[in-house]
Amino acid sequence: MRYSAWTVFRQGLGGQRGWKPAWRSPDPKPDYEVIIIGGGGHGLATAYYLAKTYGIRRVAVLEKGWIGGGNSGRNTTAIRSNYYYRASARMYEHSLKLYEGLSKELNYNVMFSQRGMISLAHSPHDVELAHRQAGAMRLNGVDADFLSPGEIARRVPILDMSPEARFPVFGGLLQKRAGTARHDAVVWGYARAADALGVDIIQNCEVTGFRRGADGAVIGVETSRGPIAATRIGVAVAGHSSRLAEMAGFRLPITSYALQAFVSEPLKPVLDTVILSPATGVYMSQSDKGGLVIGGGLDLYPSYAQRGNMPVIRNVLGAVAAQYPSLGRVRLLRQWAGIVDVVPDSSPIIGASPVPGLFLDCGWGTGGFKAIPVGGTMLAHQLATLTPHELAEPFSLERFTTGALIDEAAGSGIAH
Amino acid sequence: MSQPFRLAAGGLIDRGRPLSFRFEGRDYRGYAGDTLASALLANGVRLVGRSFKYHRPRGILGFGPEESNALMQLGTGARAAPNLRATEIRLHDGLEAKAVNCWPNVRFDVGGVNNLLSRFLAAGFYYKTFMWPHWHVYEGVIRRAAGLGKAPKAADPDRYENRFAHCDVLVVGSGPAGLAAARAAAGTGQRVILAEQDHVLGGRLRWDGGEIDGLAADRWADEAIAALGAMPNVRILPNTAVTGYFDHDALAMIEAVSGDDPAAPAQLPRYRQWQVRAGRVVLAAGAIERPLVFPGNDRPGVMLASAVRHYLARYGVRAGNRAVIFTNNDEAYRTAIAFHAAGGTVAAVVDTRADVDPAVAASVETLGIRLLRGASVVATRGAKALRDVAVRRADGGTLRLACDLLAMSGGSNPNVGLFSQSGGRLAFDEQLTAFRPAQSVQNERSVGAAAGLRTLDEALASGHAAGAGDGAAPRATDAHPAAEITACWRIDAPGKAFVDMQNDVSADDIGLAARESYRSVEHLKRYTTLGMASDQGKTSNVNALAIMAGLTGQGIAETGTTRFRFPFVPVALGAFAGRAHGELLRPLRRLALHDRHVALGAIMEDYGWLRPSAYPRAGETRFEAEQREARAVRDGVGIFDGSPLGKIEVRGPDAARLLDFIYASTMSTLKVGKVRYGLMLNELGVVIDDGVCARLGEDHFLVGASSAGADRIAAWLEEWLQCEFVDHDVLVAPVTTSWSVVTLTGPHARDLLAEAGASFPLGPEAFPHMSFQEGMVAGIEARVMRVSYTGETSYEINVPTGRTAELWDVLMRLGGRYGLTPIGIDAWNLLRLEKGYLHIGADTDGTTTPLNIGWDHVLRRKGDFVGKRSLMLALHRDPARLQFVGLRAEGTEPLPIGAHLVRGKGADRASDGFVTSSAYSPVFGRGVALALVHGGTGRIGETVALEHDGRRLTATIAQPTLYDPEGARLNG
Ligand SMILES: Cc1cc2nc3c(=O)[nH]c(=O)nc-3n(C[C@H](O)[C@H](O)[C@H](O)COP(=O)(O)OP(=O)(O)OC[C@H]3O[C@@H](n4cnc5c(N)ncnc54)[C@H](O)[C@@H]3O)c2cc1C
Repeated sequence: MRYSAWTVFRQGLGGQRGWKPAWRSPDPKPDYEVIIIGGGGHGLATAYYLAKTYGIRRVAVLEKGWIGGGNSGRNTTAIRSNYYYRASARMYEHSLKLYEGLSKELNYNVMFSQRGMISLAHSPHDVELAHRQAGAMRLNGVDADFLSPGEIARRVPILDMSPEARFPVFGGLLQKRAGTARHDAVVWGYARAADALGVDIIQNCEVTGFRRGADGAVIGVETSRGPIAATRIGVAVAGHSSRLAEMAGFRLPITSYALQAFVSEPLKPVLDTVILSPATGVYMSQSDKGGLVIGGGLDLYPSYAQRGNMPVIRNVLGAVAAQYPSLGRVRLLRQWAGIVDVVPDSSPIIGASPVPGLFLDCGWGTGGFKAIPVGGTMLAHQLATLTPHELAEPFSLERFTTGALIDEAAGSGIAH
Repeated sequence: MSQPFRLAAGGLIDRGRPLSFRFEGRDYRGYAGDTLASALLANGVRLVGRSFKYHRPRGILGFGPEESNALMQLGTGARAAPNLRATEIRLHDGLEAKAVNCWPNVRFDVGGVNNLLSRFLAAGFYYKTFMWPHWHVYEGVIRRAAGLGKAPKAADPDRYENRFAHCDVLVVGSGPAGLAAARAAAGTGQRVILAEQDHVLGGRLRWDGGEIDGLAADRWADEAIAALGAMPNVRILPNTAVTGYFDHDALAMIEAVSGDDPAAPAQLPRYRQWQVRAGRVVLAAGAIERPLVFPGNDRPGVMLASAVRHYLARYGVRAGNRAVIFTNNDEAYRTAIAFHAAGGTVAAVVDTRADVDPAVAASVETLGIRLLRGASVVATRGAKALRDVAVRRADGGTLRLACDLLAMSGGSNPNVGLFSQSGGRLAFDEQLTAFRPAQSVQNERSVGAAAGLRTLDEALASGHAAGAGDGAAPRATDAHPAAEITACWRIDAPGKAFVDMQNDVSADDIGLAARESYRSVEHLKRYTTLGMASDQGKTSNVNALAIMAGLTGQGIAETGTTRFRFPFVPVALGAFAGRAHGELLRPLRRLALHDRHVALGAIMEDYGWLRPSAYPRAGETRFEAEQREARAVRDGVGIFDGSPLGKIEVRGPDAARLLDFIYASTMSTLKVGKVRYGLMLNELGVVIDDGVCARLGEDHFLVGASSAGADRIAAWLEEWLQCEFVDHDVLVAPVTTSWSVVTLTGPHARDLLAEAGASFPLGPEAFPHMSFQEGMVAGIEARVMRVSYTGETSYEINVPTGRTAELWDVLMRLGGRYGLTPIGIDAWNLLRLEKGYLHIGADTDGTTTPLNIGWDHVLRRKGDFVGKRSLMLALHRDPARLQFVGLRAEGTEPLPIGAHLVRGKGADRASDGFVTSSAYSPVFGRGVALALVHGGTGRIGETVALEHDGRRLTATIAQPTLYDPEGARLNG
């Protein structure tokens, strides 16, 4: 059933009785052509592109809980492509372009809202780095504008711009086309579109082990709902990647940490962009509903608990109150955390694993929401053709052997 | 008439202290002890808010943090506070409040048009439309329409505090269970903290009657509180909500101290946030009543039955004249009785149960109150306040009852938020028709209503037991029997029946979500926004998931709840900052010589430490100052405060072994009294710091780190020692702040130092470049290193930090005849750039290896060191790798830092490297620049194109500039 203003109107007249399920809830079949483990954005997008681009429809997405219950439904939804290295810029820019057409592609309003993202420069040295970053972005074909302090004051009136501020503002780097989207809608939109193409989305189905053939290649999975066979398996489980790798008998250069997020009570509009202060690591945007959506740094120790702790909460929210002095009386409504899969060079791992038939899409860490469309595109390509997608080549697991790391955090100067 | 709904007597208010306040532009009066909600009800104000989506008129629903309708914009200007609940606002004189989310006012609200369109605006409708031509076309309007209150525009003028506390027992809630627990625990001498969100202690004892140990409940509470208050091991915190339960029994609490009362003493903070580490925790946070879900249940005048009782007893306010009680349980009968006793008329008790316990029925019928068994309210009427209700009787007939108050009760939910935050598991209790704590993970115990216990006696007993005290528990002598309930999750009747009032989520929306496959509770919540409003679903969650369970045929237990999250009640962001504002946000570090730099007119900037960037004289620009300072070093002598330089003492028989491994250069061959420059790498081969290392003795080294690296490198050494080299006999002691560094640099540096008096020879033979002396300088114990970052003869004089000023003053006094000039960071950077020295962090980033900066010789070093293996990778030896070179611009203008060299055309254009450092050099009379360039060392002499912020430039790749290439000045 197509969604449109017209159907909304018709269903309104008809008492909302005629809406169809957004996806079915099938029981698992004994075997599939492709199994995707993880019903987050990446897994569901992979299923969608497998069916749509490659015509492979005997696909199951296995999700241990409810779809979107991992990081795809817990993130702060910033979407940008302001990366330093060409390999990253190309990949994230591809994703951003897909986001620009995603609502229409999926016939589901994901509310991609390109209100821009500003990264502040707090010292003359930051300004130099910002220029270097801007230059790299432009050469990578990505939009970048350096903003003067006056321009930032105009765009973000709530920011403390005084010279006495603990972290004074010397300028900032703007990516105009960056923005936010509604995270659940991205998950549900892909799920609905994949389901419509015949993909089975199976919730409450936890993968507990792999079945291997005589040659060591995968031939299926063990799940909480019984064994399911397939010879091509994609894994897109974010913070649980190391656990799945362990089931398959290999190790990944991934550490799982809790990353917290926060939302305030709804307010009338006060912030019209995404803004990041590298000095405190705090970034913020305002949702269409009116809540300030706030994120900061990782918790300091590895964990699988989706909770987070008070020192980091105070660190992040205290910085908001200090850097945006008029927000001191605004109240925190809710805090939560997701488990993010952090790779030493903070770039994703995509493509073949050491086990034949098993393919990876992980290591997105704190920044893979923006990459859902491209992640799905790349993993679908890999599963369908058994060769890496052109954009994915630099991001293979191999790079930890060759040393060809793509260290964005370091390259953009954040490491110092 | 003023306060028409205030009873002549009763309530914990101070009738001797009347207060005036203003709501929605009208003036009213209340009393000290009122909340804004009780005062509004006393004045007969029914319409107090508008809902989020449909802007439906709403009245007060509850009496505490569960309130979902009465959201206020409190105050004006910088002290305005958005979205506060009227039930939690303590009334003060002159208080001004407005309902949020309505325009022009709550009585006439333009947004109300949404209500007329509501049939088209069902749950999730926005996911299905607004796609053509583009979301942006609609988003602006939607953003402006959304949001509730307004954030102030000016900086928050109030203060907030943070406090830490420890205790043996933290008791959450001061009702009967909490008081019994606190008394029991305190009696055995344990340190107790008793936290209560209300400003009055006692919880239900204050409004729900009963008798304990022969005393009226509230008298018993008074005595218990007085006894606790007199004990030194007890801290009682009213106005304090426990908001979070984290790992290891660490809890967060928010104490409302000033209560936003302008008359409160100015030194009081607005809020105080507590972090408590408790030995154990008693959760006695009571229960929250559920609304019933029936058409029209959101009309102003429809309230929770417990709230009606609460306002009667606590504030002497009768929330209406003529009430209908609508219930599925026994407890609401108490509301009928209390309302009747307070002189109100009870039009009927409408009970969904066909069978009502005869004694319970008699309790109202003997008062002449009509009881309708097996009946339901199926509609309500009244534009902005309730006028009447329609009741469907057991026989199917309908009846209209005029009333201005409908008190409803759908049962109670134990307040399990904190328990759930602690990681504990919930179970659905069929008898209670609610979730209650089932399995603990941390050291906490739920008691009383929070544990699902239904009687006062059980509450007291469970509290006493959890307090682990001596003696017998207090006994309820005349209390209500356990209230029976029969689940009723939804009244089946046409019309909008609301589940989440604030977010306007109706029972039909839940049905829609179920039909569209958003059936998991989390999907339900996210799709319909149910439970995501500012009350976080305190009254709506259980109703919603029970309705969903009914639709899917799954049990309520299997359907489960959504996660309860921090904070239990919203917390002002300012409270998280506490005093950490301005400089204290990340405390600034000041040099021992700070005041002297300031007195010299320095521009002080934050480099991790506040340091002088330049010392401009009157009329001089920063650039001019930098140039003058640099020239003074070349011609005479400069003085530089290098105190932040990292200083780490490494001592022990294995010190040399450790350092050989940590540095990319060998340190074990260093002679005592000598100094060597070295790089430190991480496992990836990336340069993480550089500095000089001095050998003070056979087993004793002083490791120099960059200012930015001081703490990081000390931790790095410690980590290697503790994790890998546990067998090494070495101690690492960071001494950065114990020693300050004053550097003299320039052709006259030696003369000045000699004049100041040094206890060791200074000549180039006795004390050559890259060596070390320990002794006295100007009568101060000192460690002096001859190392140079400027290319001139330099002495880095380390003295104990407490004596830095003394040394500085002597040198400044004597230095006049040599033209001694204080040097800022700007000039310091320029001088090293002229010499071609790199600056870690400026010329390198987190990917730079020694092979990028011309240190290829490290590959030939024997023995292992951190990062060596990575450097062996072919990739790092690629001839096209980034290499450190100089750049010569056309003309004299310096190149901009961060500019990229560009290669290729069109879509193939790519960065070929970038400028890392650049400045105008007075000795060369032109700009000098350093850069990392792909294959740079093989391209000396090549002309390259650069781009910067839209500007195009050209330059020639060159060797890094080298002032004084023979090193005559350096070694002289
Ligand atoms: C607080 C926070 C803020 C963030 N902010 C941003 C941001 O602003 N911008 C951005 O781009 N990114 C952000 N991210 C990162 C982003 O959310 C993730 O990178 C992205 O959502 C990952 O998507 P995914 O589909 O790979 O993983 P997920 O969405 O986590 O999905 C993985 C799924 O796998 C399931 N699973 C796990 N194990 C099994 C098993 N054994 N069997 C079956 N299923 C299993 C999980 O239940 C889960 O649903 C943030 C993350 C967090 C936590």
